[in-house]
Amino acid sequence: MTGFGDVTQRLAGNSYTVDEESHIEIDQDLARKTGTGKLLVKVCPAHVYSENEDGTISVIFAACMECGTCLAVASPGSLKWHYPNGGFGIAFREG
Amino acid sequence: MAGEEAGEIDFDVIVIGGGVAGAVCAYQLARAGKQVVLIERGEQPGSKNLSGGVFYCRVMEQVFPNFVDDAPIERRITRNVLSFLNPTSHFNIDYWDQRLAEPVNAVTVLRARLDAWLSEKCEEAGVMVMSGVRVDSLLFEGDQVVGVKAGEDELHAHVVVAADGVNSFIAQGAGIRAKEAPQSLAVGVKSVIGLPRTVIEDRFNLTGDNGVAYAVVGDCTQAVAGGGFLYTNKESVSVGVVLRLDDLEAKGLTSSEVHDHFLQHPAIAPLLRDGELREYGCHLTIENGPRMVSHDVTRPGLIIIGDAAGFTLNTGLTIRGMDLAAGSGIAAAKTIVRALELGSYGQQAMDDYRNQLDATFVGADMKTYARAPEFLEVPRMYKEYGLLLADIFHDIYNHDTTPRKHIAATAFGAFKRSKMKLFTTIGDVLKGVRAL
Repeated sequence: MTGFGDVTQRLAGNSYTVDEESHIEIDQDLARKTGTGKLLVKVCPAHVYSENEDGTISVIFAACMECGTCLAVASPGSLKWHYPNGGFGIAFREG
Repeated sequence: MAGEEAGEIDFDVIVIGGGVAGAVCAYQLARAGKQVVLIERGEQPGSKNLSGGVFYCRVMEQVFPNFVDDAPIERRITRNVLSFLNPTSHFNIDYWDQRLAEPVNAVTVLRARLDAWLSEKCEEAGVMVMSGVRVDSLLFEGDQVVGVKAGEDELHAHVVVAADGVNSFIAQGAGIRAKEAPQSLAVGVKSVIGLPRTVIEDRFNLTGDNGVAYAVVGDCTQAVAGGGFLYTNKESVSVGVVLRLDDLEAKGLTSSEVHDHFLQHPAIAPLLRDGELREYGCHLTIENGPRMVSHDVTRPGLIIIGDAAGFTLNTGLTIRGMDLAAGSGIAAAKTIVRALELGSYGQQAMDDYRNQLDATFVGADMKTYARAPEFLEVPRMYKEYGLLLADIFHDIYNHDTTPRKHIAATAFGAFKRSKMKLFTTIGDVLKGVRAL
């Protein structure tokens, strides 16, 4: 905590136009076997990824700030990630 | 747009991506009388863009002669602070020089405002700005790029410019870039903290529109390779960390927590006190621009510019992207104007782009700093050297009634206690001298 709220509270102050379809798809088996799942939880600054008790990874695509860090660290095949459809997703007002 | 026959041209040039590189390139082409469309996936140019450093903006005078006065810039950077940060100490080099504002050499910007302004200028020059459209892929005829596909729509042009940023799916789709190694990439995590103008000026010892930029190394990233940054805007401070992906993974840290650790650091927190969070954001950035740019940057009918090509330089002292983006956009526009005049869009015509780059600071600087990333891979940069500097100065200033030693002996004593090997340190110094 920084006095500026936790990550969820901070994201609530950001501006998003949320699409109906997710732009993120995770291969649960591969993510578990390769350790990619746990890694995504740590690297994503927006906390899009979280680990469930059964070891699967939940994805809150609406929180995504579209940096692409997850795709850069994911082992091959474990994650499908592309930009949201045109006009959707994060809209930075400061940048 | 859809259903047009191959060979029919909708525009002379399609530029993908409304950041600094794409907007500058599109503007230059329109000013040369070319038909240009600038396609941006965000709801407006700038809404997907985020930067974490100052804009060394002299290059913009080539495009907008009164850039600093006309563009929505935040502050003119006249003070640079290089900070070695340890858990309970820091060692700063604080360089203020009014000459840096005469003429203005570097400015801070907020990209949502700057990029929106650039796209307005593009429209005024005759560029068609198409926002809210995501380009999905390139259109090929044989190995020649002839246009782009966005959803069901196809657009054809003589030349396509990929200015779609660090993740460049377009460059990947053209087979130019494969997946980058994690040590070539870093994630930036940033907060924009709102503070009253007078507080910023008092707190950072600034007058008027002048500003300060901090480059921080060490405990800001909890010793992860990378660094911290902080710079003043008119009524806010941009502050955050840049974390090299391989080292972030190796140290097992959480990116948001490293960001929080920096903002809470006793050397930083007082600078942000009573501020209000305006925005929390992140962005992937390039740690080894020279290696990336050594890939091809063209294909027949295609030119890659800005971050998409890898035009980023981190020397530890300066972190540059936007100036190189603008420079590469200008170089690409020159190549394309020539190609359009010759009516020739093959590989040979596109190859002129390298010559245009090499004729400017962009190509030259990428070569000069080719070894900078190697120097920044020295792990001691992120912990030991900051501690050593503080230990030397602690011995100088901490008068504990023991007899004083000459400064050379003091420094050598601190070095011996650091347990670093002399040859290792000499090697690091030589590496730095060669790289920077």
